[in-house]
Formats: sequence, structure tokens, C-alpha cells
Amino acid sequence: MEAGFSELAAIVFSAIVFAGSAQFASISIVGAGGGAGAAVAAATLMNSRFLPMSAAVGPSFSGGPVKRAAKGQTVVDASWAMSSRGDGTFDQYLLMGASAIAYVSWVSGTVVGAIWGDAIGDPSSFGLDAVFPAFFFGLLLNELHSRRSRGVAALGTLLALALVPLTPPGVPVLVASLASLVGLTNRARAEVLERQEAEGAPR
Amino acid sequence: MSIPAIVIAASCAITAAIKAVGPVALGGRELPTWFTSVVILLSPALLAALVATQAFANGDHLAIGADTAGVAAGGLVIWRTGSIIACVVLAAAVTAGVRAI
Repeated sequence: MEAGFSELAAIVFSAIVFAGSAQFASISIVGAGGGAGAAVAAATLMNSRFLPMSAAVGPSFSGGPVKRAAKGQTVVDASWAMSSRGDGTFDQYLLMGASAIAYVSWVSGTVVGAIWGDAIGDPSSFGLDAVFPAFFFGLLLNELHSRRSRGVAALGTLLALALVPLTPPGVPVLVASLASLVGLTNRARAEVLERQEAEGAPR
Repeated sequence: MSIPAIVIAASCAITAAIKAVGPVALGGRELPTWFTSVVILLSPALLAALVATQAFANGDHLAIGADTAGVAAGGLVIWRTGSIIACVVLAAAVTAGVRAI
């Protein structure tokens, strides 16, 4: 195993941190001879996007604080996006179910890679690195139903790409989430109210 | 403790805290309108940023590669057919194909 991580360490890392990009960021820093502090800082920045994501699902979780904190651990990009109902609420069971499936595949994938990685070869030759962005692209196209959401997506893209050369990995995505503050405008809020009243069940 | 062990333990604790803050602070409440309005727009903002940083960047620099072509092909498929499975499969196939050339 490269990067100074033993097979066991790689598997444990996957099992308890369960966040691909953060793991790769910190492993590459340790592998390049960087210190533990730099590696942890990199992983923290990569995972900082879970702050707005888990805040968004927070009100959709049932149960007491401990239960909600535990449910928050299941927030990962793909299942977060899939479980969004599009009205500001989330399906907590879809979120946890999708994450459970992703978790099992992620950990078993790490086990396979750690033990037989040399025999399989470079996963990028199978184009696997395009799978997640393509999947997110598909989810994104479903979100672009209004002019406002298209504008926010464009703003998020620009913010992220502008910051890539300037900030450590992870920061561009976190800052891009600020594009959603367009929702604070009077018109955006008025439309939400209108829709909730039309549905007859104000939340 | 070895460096990997420290990195694993610290990353684990910090990630758990990041994911717990929102649900503990905001759980079980009614959503104010402004919050709902922002959350609805959080999906397009974050998804667009994830796509952009994964397809058009390589770590800390902007880069167009085989994966950019793959994601573009996948996007075309989902736009025309609406199938997310076909989109993902084609994205991987095109990326692998371009890389093999």
C-alpha cells in the first residue's frame, strides 16, 4: 500500500471516516511527507461542505439530539442530493438507506483495493473517476427547473472554479454553497410562501 | 501513535462533529420560510460546484481531461434520455476510451 498507510489503516479509515475526497486529500499529504496537522486540516476542509448539507437536513430528522446527531453521520453527497424533496425538506429514511448501501460498497471496495489493488491496476483506466461527477450532473439537471435555480448553479460553478487555483481543495465547494443565499431575496421567499399556501399545508 | 492513526482519529472526530452540528441545533423545528428558500437552492449550488471541481479541476489547478469528456457525454445522455444509469455508464466508458487512445 502506498502513502504510508497499511492495508488495515486504509480499511479502518474508510470504515470510520467514510468520505472519499477527504481520505484521498489527507492520504496524499501524508504520502508526500506532510505532517499529521496538514493532513487533518485538508480532510476538515474537504468535509466542511457537510456543514451546510447537514444543517439543511437537520429539521427533517426526527428524534432527540443524540439520535439526530447519529443520523447526521449518514450525510454524504450522493444520498443527501437524492433524498432532497425539492421543497426544503428531506426524506430521512431514503438518506439513511442510500448511505447504508454506499457505505457497504465503499468499505468493501477499500478492502478489495487494499488487498488486491496491485492485481486490478489503476482504477482510472476504467473511467471510474467520471462516475460521481456524472451522477451529480444528472441530479443537477433535475434541479434546473427555474430561472433562479439555473442562476444559482451558474454562480456556484463560477465561485468553485474561480477558487480552485487559490484555495486548498474543499474550500471552493464550501464557498459555492453561499450561492444558495439568493434564496434570502424577497421574491424567492415570497414564491416559497405561495407554493406552501397552494399546497395547503404550511410547514 | 503513528501518523496514519492520528490522522484517522482526528479526521473521524472532526467529520463527526461537522455532521452533527446542524441536526442537533436545528432538528425537530418548523422551517422558517427563509431557511426553506435557501435550502431549496443549496442543491443546485452544491451539485454544480461538485461537478465543476471534479470534472474541470485536478486538486488545486484547473484541468480538462478524459473525465471532462466523459462527464459531458454523460450529461448529454441524461438530457436526451433521462436515464441516470446510462449517463453514469457512458461517462465511465467515454473516460476510459479517451484515456486508452
